[in-house]
Amino acid sequence: MALLYCACAVIALIAPLGVLAWRSVSGPDGGITLAYYGRYLSSPSLRRSLIDTGVLGGLAIVSTLPLAFLFAYGLERSNIRLKGALAAIGTLPLLAPSLLPAMALVYLFGRQGLLTPWLHGHVIYGAGGVLLAEVVGAFPHAVILLRTALSAADGRLYEQAQMLGASPWRIFWTVTFPAARYGLVSAAMVVFTLAITDIGAPVVIGGDFNVLALDVYKQVLGQQNFEMGAVVAMLLLAPSALFMGLERMAMRRQSAMISARSTGFVASPSRLRDGGLWLGCGAIALAIVGLLAVCQMVALVKMWPYDLSPSATSYDLGRYDGGWISILNSVELALAVAVVGAAVAFAGAYVTQRTRGTPALRHAFSLMALLPAAAPGLALGLAYALFFDDPANPFHFLYGGFAILVIATVTHFYTVAHLTSMSALKALDPEMEPAAAMLGRGPATVFWRIATPICAPALVEIALYLFVNAMTTVSVVVFLYPADFKLASVAVLNMDDAGDMGPAAAMGMLIFYVNLAVRIAGQWGAGVLRRRLAPIPQASRG
Amino acid sequence: MGRSIIAAKQAARAAPRLLLLSALALVGACAPQKRVVVYTAAEADQLPMYAAAFKKAHPDIELVWVRESTGVLTAKLLAEKKAPRVDAVFATAATSISELDEQGVLAPYTPLGGDRLDQRFRDPEQPPYWNGEALFSSAICVNTIEAAKRGLPIPRTWEDLTKPIYKGAISMPDPASSGTGLLTVNGWLQAWGETKGWDYMDRLDKNIVSYDPSGSKPCKDAARGEVPIGISFDFRASRTKGEGAPIEVVVPPNAVGWDLEASAVVAGAAHPKAAQIFTDWAMSDDAMKLYADSFSMVGVTRFNKPAPYLPTDLANRLAPMDLAWTARNRVRILAEWSKRYEGKAAHKE
Repeated sequence: MALLYCACAVIALIAPLGVLAWRSVSGPDGGITLAYYGRYLSSPSLRRSLIDTGVLGGLAIVSTLPLAFLFAYGLERSNIRLKGALAAIGTLPLLAPSLLPAMALVYLFGRQGLLTPWLHGHVIYGAGGVLLAEVVGAFPHAVILLRTALSAADGRLYEQAQMLGASPWRIFWTVTFPAARYGLVSAAMVVFTLAITDIGAPVVIGGDFNVLALDVYKQVLGQQNFEMGAVVAMLLLAPSALFMGLERMAMRRQSAMISARSTGFVASPSRLRDGGLWLGCGAIALAIVGLLAVCQMVALVKMWPYDLSPSATSYDLGRYDGGWISILNSVELALAVAVVGAAVAFAGAYVTQRTRGTPALRHAFSLMALLPAAAPGLALGLAYALFFDDPANPFHFLYGGFAILVIATVTHFYTVAHLTSMSALKALDPEMEPAAAMLGRGPATVFWRIATPICAPALVEIALYLFVNAMTTVSVVVFLYPADFKLASVAVLNMDDAGDMGPAAAMGMLIFYVNLAVRIAGQWGAGVLRRRLAPIPQASRG
Repeated sequence: MGRSIIAAKQAARAAPRLLLLSALALVGACAPQKRVVVYTAAEADQLPMYAAAFKKAHPDIELVWVRESTGVLTAKLLAEKKAPRVDAVFATAATSISELDEQGVLAPYTPLGGDRLDQRFRDPEQPPYWNGEALFSSAICVNTIEAAKRGLPIPRTWEDLTKPIYKGAISMPDPASSGTGLLTVNGWLQAWGETKGWDYMDRLDKNIVSYDPSGSKPCKDAARGEVPIGISFDFRASRTKGEGAPIEVVVPPNAVGWDLEASAVVAGAAHPKAAQIFTDWAMSDDAMKLYADSFSMVGVTRFNKPAPYLPTDLANRLAPMDLAWTARNRVRILAEWSKRYEGKAAHKE
């Protein structure tokens, strides 16, 4: 089993990325050359986009983290009201394609924007607009990581600090902040990677501002220059890979903060603190809802901005690229990705964590399972196109089909699915398999009869995560979707390219609603499962 | 025991239904006996009309469209040369098609009634590798509301667009990805010669806000007032105005770039017969009538009719253009264009 998983990981991840790296250095005569890198770096406009991309990533960190920290702090460390609603709103941008916030910003601050007069003659196009859109897109990811970091707090430290007479300010910097440091570092890395690898926002709102991700897109789709595309994709891959290495090191240094003697943290009542946090979190939530509402409104008017009477013209999607069928195609893909991905990742985690034998293979697989997090979607998509397009490849038959979309998307989002499965399985008593063996049952029985039912809620959550991401992703699929199988997220991009902003907003919001409905249903389902299963793990532990 | 009897009875009752279902499935699988896959750069809002007309003429052939911008489509076809994924090309710029022809992507085919075509719409080679459907040309969309707000006069000539008053007021398609962009640039280069043409673009560049990925976007952006002036093409301009946008359609008196929308059969197509039938249809009277609804000049002259909001003397305003020259020089012109204007933010600072 472990061997099978390693083989799949090699085919679905290592080999394509290897081909990508190879193509970026292989000359027309078959020799190794750095000429493409040289050409890229010697072109002033491309060199400029390299620098701009780095600056964009840096600024995205500096702008996203304080907002996300404030939001996470409000949710985890205060007594503000409506926490549930705020938390739900904070994750809404995850449900929409990354083009949507950028389009909303155009409607608000473009040359005809509702709020453009506030900008005193400036417009949102360019670096500022891209930055804002990236902040919106990366915000929920940062909040999730920071909430996890802030939720684990040892109440004793706070009691002691108070007894020693430390001011709340001093406690924040000496107790809270150091404990959240690693969360901040990983959030910073995630924000940076998301910001530099997105193509949605730069396409919509970038104007003259060019970034690496756009270079890949233009080189490959516009000019079919795969070598140059591969070079840029490698440049995009480098920081993410570096960050992943750093994060692993940071994780190793982090000692356990919570011991058996820790007490829970209870936020002390403070009207000033809660009032401030409530204002801050409320403003952020309002901004997110506002952006979505603007998109929906624009999709429902007759002719923005001159005729604002209500009209369904934008929903006549058959007249535009993709059409209604593309939303069905996307749902089909998302369902396949959710089911296949959850099953494969869960079984993979089970094999890695709970079977004996072939320890080297199991270790190798658990390392490979972390790799997709470091590979930007655009790089992975291009790697797939290069690897599977080769007629000499025995898996060439997959190219241009539905299967390759499923494989690429599952691979792209594999890391989170794998890690969630791993932590769900950790809750299972390690004596389960030996006990079953004594009763004459193999690990397969334990997997089907015990592990799967107990981890069912986690499985639903993994499927949900995969579904939502498969609906919104553009970067993984843009080089891979078959000619007669247009996807909704790609259609949004194409409609924007053609200048059809109203229909693009309509389609983007459709994706959002599908995701919202699926998430509400899924979370309800996971809740039901969890309540039904609640006594079982306790019984097994007792 | 009782249970299994009930199950058997149910199965017996279900059997004929199953048979019927599988028979239906079989018929369903065979129904569209032929399939034709067509790459096209036609506008998304034109396709449903073409698809419906083709389906009426050939209900037995399943038509699969792949719509892309001209640049992407050309690049895709070149990349897939060794293992073509399509059967025919439709409504794609003749300059791109000529380039594909030079690279050996196309197969020669004389469609039924090919001799009806006006000389301008024919491939000089015999038998032809491509056949022209309609002529499309540059047009400027000017938002009258925004122009009045900024105090901009309506530009009448290409030269007008370089006046300092239009600084930051114009967008145009990027010729690397848009067929409209390429024909516009080539109109200038071929009407005025290369030196004057590039000099004109250098001056125009100072007024451009953005080079857009498609030929439609500048006009649609002008319609929304995102930019006061958008360089686009005739069909998009007249369609957008027809939809009620506050724009005026301007066609300069000379050096108006043009190209043909053309069809071709792809060499090594999986469905060569269906591809030929499709090309026959694309040259048929029915198809020509449809083109005439969108364009003022079509392959068979007698179907020409005045297009709304476009000048009736369009033919006199067109730049003298050699499509074969455009095709041969496409790569060189695009390289020069990228060198001068791409990453314009970078060299402007």
